[in-house]
Amino acid sequence: MAESENIVAETAEKIFADLADAQTINRDKKGEWKAPLWQALSDAGLPLAWVPEDCGGSGASLAEGFSVLSAAGRFAVAVPLAETMLAGWLLAQAKIASAGGEMTVVPASPKDRITVNADGSLSGRARGVPFAKVAKHFAVLAFDAKGDFSVALVDASKCRIESGLNLGGDPSDVVTLDKVQPIAIKPAPTGFDQARLMLMGGVARSLQIAGALESMLEISVRYSNERVAFEKKISKFQAVQHNLARLAGESAAALAAATSAADAIANAISFNDEVFLEAVAAKIRCSEAAEKGGGIAHQVHGAIGFTIEHILHRYSLRALAWRDDFGSESYWAVELGKLVAQRGADELWPLVASR
Amino acid sequence: MTAALRFDPIRLPSECEQLRKEVRAFLAEEIAAGTFDPHKPNREDTDVPEFSRKVGARGWLGMTWPKKYGGHERSFLERYVVTEEMRVANAPTRRFFVADRQSGPVLLKYAPEHIKMEILPRICRGEICFAIGMSEPNSGSDLFAAKTRATKTDGGYLINGTKIWTSSAHIADYMIAIFRTSPPTKENRRHGLTQFLVKMKQPGIQVNPIGQITGQYEFNEVVFTDHFIPDDHVLGEIDGAWKQATSELAYERSGPERFLETYYVLTELVRAVGNNPDTRSAEGIGRLVAQVHTMRRMSVSVAGMLQAGKEPVVEASIVKDIGTIWEQQLPHRVRELAAFVEETATNRETLEKQLDFAIKTAPKLTIQGGTTEVLRGIIARGLGLR
Repeated sequence: MAESENIVAETAEKIFADLADAQTINRDKKGEWKAPLWQALSDAGLPLAWVPEDCGGSGASLAEGFSVLSAAGRFAVAVPLAETMLAGWLLAQAKIASAGGEMTVVPASPKDRITVNADGSLSGRARGVPFAKVAKHFAVLAFDAKGDFSVALVDASKCRIESGLNLGGDPSDVVTLDKVQPIAIKPAPTGFDQARLMLMGGVARSLQIAGALESMLEISVRYSNERVAFEKKISKFQAVQHNLARLAGESAAALAAATSAADAIANAISFNDEVFLEAVAAKIRCSEAAEKGGGIAHQVHGAIGFTIEHILHRYSLRALAWRDDFGSESYWAVELGKLVAQRGADELWPLVASR
Repeated sequence: MTAALRFDPIRLPSECEQLRKEVRAFLAEEIAAGTFDPHKPNREDTDVPEFSRKVGARGWLGMTWPKKYGGHERSFLERYVVTEEMRVANAPTRRFFVADRQSGPVLLKYAPEHIKMEILPRICRGEICFAIGMSEPNSGSDLFAAKTRATKTDGGYLINGTKIWTSSAHIADYMIAIFRTSPPTKENRRHGLTQFLVKMKQPGIQVNPIGQITGQYEFNEVVFTDHFIPDDHVLGEIDGAWKQATSELAYERSGPERFLETYYVLTELVRAVGNNPDTRSAEGIGRLVAQVHTMRRMSVSVAGMLQAGKEPVVEASIVKDIGTIWEQQLPHRVRELAAFVEETATNRETLEKQLDFAIKTAPKLTIQGGTTEVLRGIIARGLGLR
């Protein structure tokens, strides 16, 4: 387990260790583990970590919040912590105070659009919204006829929600707003647009994927040191060692890309091409690592890791599912490719080497 | 366990940005003067001694070494910037690169003072070239199997045997090599190897160039016949070279040269595709750029660890493993994307020539500096599996 960098992350780590143990969760088929975990996280102020104190939050720094998400990924936590943090952050961009309880952000895909009508109500449809079904409120990013972006706090019960599940079995829903009057709506800060929200969400997901890969590496190494086949521990077979070395590489690459992007955003003065590269590259590289690394983790575990009783799927399936939120790696690769092409061949290296 | 696998997001400090500008301006001048062609990664005909001296005169060799040996006491991160700019420009670094990266640091650590005073300033001035003598016929990555003998004689050692795959031996002034001074023991297979400073172009050394499938002559067979090495050219501990040689490899395995060797085809692809790419080209380029960005973040991070005085052996092995596989795949991925480039792209011929060369180069990238299999063994050891 990686060292915690700060008191906020340490608090989160301790709560997860106490209340989100993968074995316990796996045995609890009714999901009764969720309530005490959410209560403890809320008592510690973590869901509103990114909300300034004057907006009713904990006022943690971006960096502190990002390390909470790393830890959440290591435990493959399936409560709307990342989503509520993002929602609080989005609302705070427009100085709107957060509501209590579970929240999520709408939209969660770069291609979905929510619009502000002339009467101030909101319309539009957003697919794949994580945890919409359990959220009490939505933080909505919408734009009006002039193309200006606004941030709104919306009562979830005023929206139509079609339930869905992602690969990991967590809610991933379709949210339809049909002339919904928001509880509060304010202009987004200058320059803030949907890409900015998607990239913030994408970096959150990247950290979660990297965290899940760390855990997959850890349990795979442990399993290979326990499981005996052909009269020796499978960790002693060179082919298994090499597979685990590759998994370590994928895990390290994901963590490097995700933490670099988080660091870039946390210290960004403006959201320029360099920060865009960091955020997008993290989503692309972590998503690729989820596929390659998850595949190896399952290979090492053999049939046992494919069973519902084993904890491996908590990490592997969530890491795969998280690829789809806030723009898939294919989507962002196209956007990054376009940017690189527009800048031109001779500006590619200066962009890569800018930091 | 995973604590060993953290790659902290090190940022290059501001002095690096100024330095980067200076290096780019220098390289642009040299390209304009015709010293080398950045579009020709084939370095066969680009062994340019004057270029080495100019780089030395700029203060870009021995950058991290003490001033009393001609060094400049700058950081590993500053050195990193110089290395990557040279690499991306396809600059002719062959003559000085090994000395600057590896041989100099070994001498600093293990050579007697008078040898340091004699040789290190010459490396810093870009005057001399080094080779590394590790592999032997039938040994390769298996250093334990090295057989070339150093037999004690009056005032020194007599060397007999053969080194092979020795890059730059044909132009090198010196070689740092390991020779067998005693047999391995039953308890310790690593025992019995000693590191020596070899002065090339002396009696008893014959260098035979070996052609490569790229058409280049880069590596060699080096045959020693009763070649005499004086006692003060022993580096470090007699029979104890194993540890010395392996810690040296952290320098060799994590630098920008480990993921940028075929990078030029990516730049040329972007040029050929133009500024309004179709979806397929855009996605392909985007994925490749995301990958090179991640590799670089990891590599910079290891440079930061070296700067902090750590010995990131496992991390360096991960960077080389992922990095060399990436640079090996890159020409093939670019080839796939280039299939859709307009026939009329102005740089099409350059791109095709580069792809030919890069595809021929690719097979060696996962071999040099430790094979993928050896690296994965080191990573597995770091994970506690061995």
